[in-house]
Amino acid sequence: MNGQQMTGAQALVESLKHAGAEVVFGLPGGCILPTYDPLMDAEDIRHILVRHEQGAGHAASGYAHATGKVGVCLATSGPGATNLITAIADAQMDSIPLVAITGQVGSQFIGTDAFQEADIVGMTMPVTKHNFLVSDADEIPKVIKQAFHIASTGRPGAVLVDVTKDAQQGMMQFVWPEGLDLPGYRPDPRPHSKQIREAISLLLEAKRPVFLLGGGVLRGRASQEVGELIDLSGAPFVTTLMARGALPDSHPSHLGMPGMHGTVSAVSALQRSDLIVNIGARFDDRVTGVLESFAPSAKVVHADIDPAEISKNRDADVPIVGQAADVARALTAELRERLSVEDPRDYQAWWSTLTMLRENYPLGWTETEDGFTAPQKVISRIGAISGPESIFVAGVGQHQMWSSQFIQYEEPCSWINSGGLGTMGYSVPAAMGAKVGRPDKVVWSIDGDGCFQMTNQELATCVINDIPIKVAIINNSSLGMVRQWQNLFYDKRYSNTDLNTGHGTRRVPDFVKLADAYGAVGLRCERDEDIDATIAQAMEINDRPVIVDFTVSADAMVWPMVPSGVSNDEIQIAQGMSPEWERDI
Amino acid sequence: MSTNFTNQTTASPAAPASTTAGYVMTPDSQTLSVLVENKPGVLTRVSALFSRRGYNISSLAVGPTEHPEISRITVVVDVDQRRLEQITKQLNKLVNVLKIVQLDARQTVQRELILIKVTADNATRTSVLEIVQMFRAKVVDAAADSVTIEATGTQDKLSALLGMLESFGVREIVKSGAVAIGRGGRAITDRSLLS
Repeated sequence: MNGQQMTGAQALVESLKHAGAEVVFGLPGGCILPTYDPLMDAEDIRHILVRHEQGAGHAASGYAHATGKVGVCLATSGPGATNLITAIADAQMDSIPLVAITGQVGSQFIGTDAFQEADIVGMTMPVTKHNFLVSDADEIPKVIKQAFHIASTGRPGAVLVDVTKDAQQGMMQFVWPEGLDLPGYRPDPRPHSKQIREAISLLLEAKRPVFLLGGGVLRGRASQEVGELIDLSGAPFVTTLMARGALPDSHPSHLGMPGMHGTVSAVSALQRSDLIVNIGARFDDRVTGVLESFAPSAKVVHADIDPAEISKNRDADVPIVGQAADVARALTAELRERLSVEDPRDYQAWWSTLTMLRENYPLGWTETEDGFTAPQKVISRIGAISGPESIFVAGVGQHQMWSSQFIQYEEPCSWINSGGLGTMGYSVPAAMGAKVGRPDKVVWSIDGDGCFQMTNQELATCVINDIPIKVAIINNSSLGMVRQWQNLFYDKRYSNTDLNTGHGTRRVPDFVKLADAYGAVGLRCERDEDIDATIAQAMEINDRPVIVDFTVSADAMVWPMVPSGVSNDEIQIAQGMSPEWERDI
Repeated sequence: MSTNFTNQTTASPAAPASTTAGYVMTPDSQTLSVLVENKPGVLTRVSALFSRRGYNISSLAVGPTEHPEISRITVVVDVDQRRLEQITKQLNKLVNVLKIVQLDARQTVQRELILIKVTADNATRTSVLEIVQMFRAKVVDAAADSVTIEATGTQDKLSALLGMLESFGVREIVKSGAVAIGRGGRAITDRSLLS
């Protein structure tokens, strides 16, 4: 192909192949039409036609989550591009490698408020790692190469490439560039050996250390290296929402998820620790609660590929900038060497406290009082029956928290969710993308009735393209997490959270009929005794998407909970119930 | 009066600090020289980063350097050291940013340009011109009842000048952002930044 004359559009398709793209999720329109023409003949690239551009973006993100490869989405100018913004912001917040390509009006029309013109480069500047406007066909290969490189290296993120219609139509000579020409981009810092030594000194001095593992462990594919470090150190660890599955939940040193809906043992371990070794987490407000009262006596070792994360929220005593795997390897080597000289560790008292917390305050739920099924039970049975080999993709809200809490994650990248942006509607398209990337896996979308209604049109995409995902709608007939806050903090005034999809309502829509209308299989489960059989039935269907409407109690709440605006010490295990610290510690 | 005004020297014993020009140099004022690729939209990326992260800019000036591919943005921010470190790290993440140098006020020549239209008739013109001379400023335009003065210098010097002119009636001012360069022979720009 090198040296061949072609249009910019052909060069764009050729560049995608060179960059390693195998799948593109997209939807055509006027200003991207030139590119869709050669795309039709591109046998190495599978284009999946979505029903809404937001779905294309989330599908690309789910694909990237599940495979570690760059996800690619394609849309036209104006509304096509603006519909991508939520998905782009979502991927950027969760450090997912995503390349979004949009058509733009001809360069002579830019700035004239032309039909379907939108300044998408300006609009996405704050929510991308970088973005490009290309108005010259010759530039296309270089920019696509740069876009994939920026999206996938360092701290991964979202990159948008906006290509004018005339650049797609113009003739050029295709050359896949050798270099990158990105003088200001230095993505691969190495951990500093002095910091590694200091970190291990703190670890050996500590009496109550905790490893805090974040999404960086997964993005950096460092599960094995971090696991070796933790095994050697003997210290406990917690996995944030973005890191669930980074190490197996069954690992004996695992204390669960920290944060607003974390386990008592994970939250308390951080609060009481004298050293936090943070690898790839960003001390997000949902983890720290009120920052000033977070882990008050802890020193902090903070390792991150992004130096700007270090001391952004919580000051680090020892900053380490580097890839999670490099950092973990270096820490392990240093620890091993120091332990061979002297082993001052004594975590016995610490572990006996933590073991007691873990035993006294396991995750669980109370039976419902309205006679309807407990949503936690449904989710926990899906996890148990489908098994840890499956991929679970959540939307945002109560069902997301329960999916994080009550499914046992044993493998990296088996848990996919929208953590940072908290995008309702993420699940169905992201599950679709994950299934495209990992067709060998059972992929469950665990969704809420509110979330599902935001993006369920991608069921059409799934049916037509043979993408047999399984969707469990945890249908409490309401915007459940908002309702929970209204219950707890707004005097049970349920303002605009009733969705009329569940028990005793008009069922608008009827999810089983909706599934049927899309040519998918629709099942409904309304009683505890039918849960296992319904899940088993769904597991049997592998030629089409299957949607299960699990109608559940609307009153179930996510516990434990640290209410917003208070210290993590105020964690409640159920409404109005706090752990009895005096007795327990 | 020395021309080497820095943040540490007061411009004129007669002039109290004035806020007429928009801001006052405080001990927390920090000057960053940000070298960027000369590409469309780079200034937007830099200024948008400041606004979305909630950092206030006291002054910002941009212009070319001796290398046509490199532009230089001088930003003055009013923040503590911790915040400054965060700003620097966030700026460094911008793909088009090549280098950031925090300029030490004691080792830096920093200048702003101001144009001041001040009321000056036959009765007051001489007094106004005396002030102009005292501050090594220039008259660049004159009318029957006004003169327009051009002055360069540090924030402190220009504030002092404005303070002196205030009683005559300042009709209009326009002021540039600060530009700054390190003292001595070393340069922070270098073509190797582009490789």
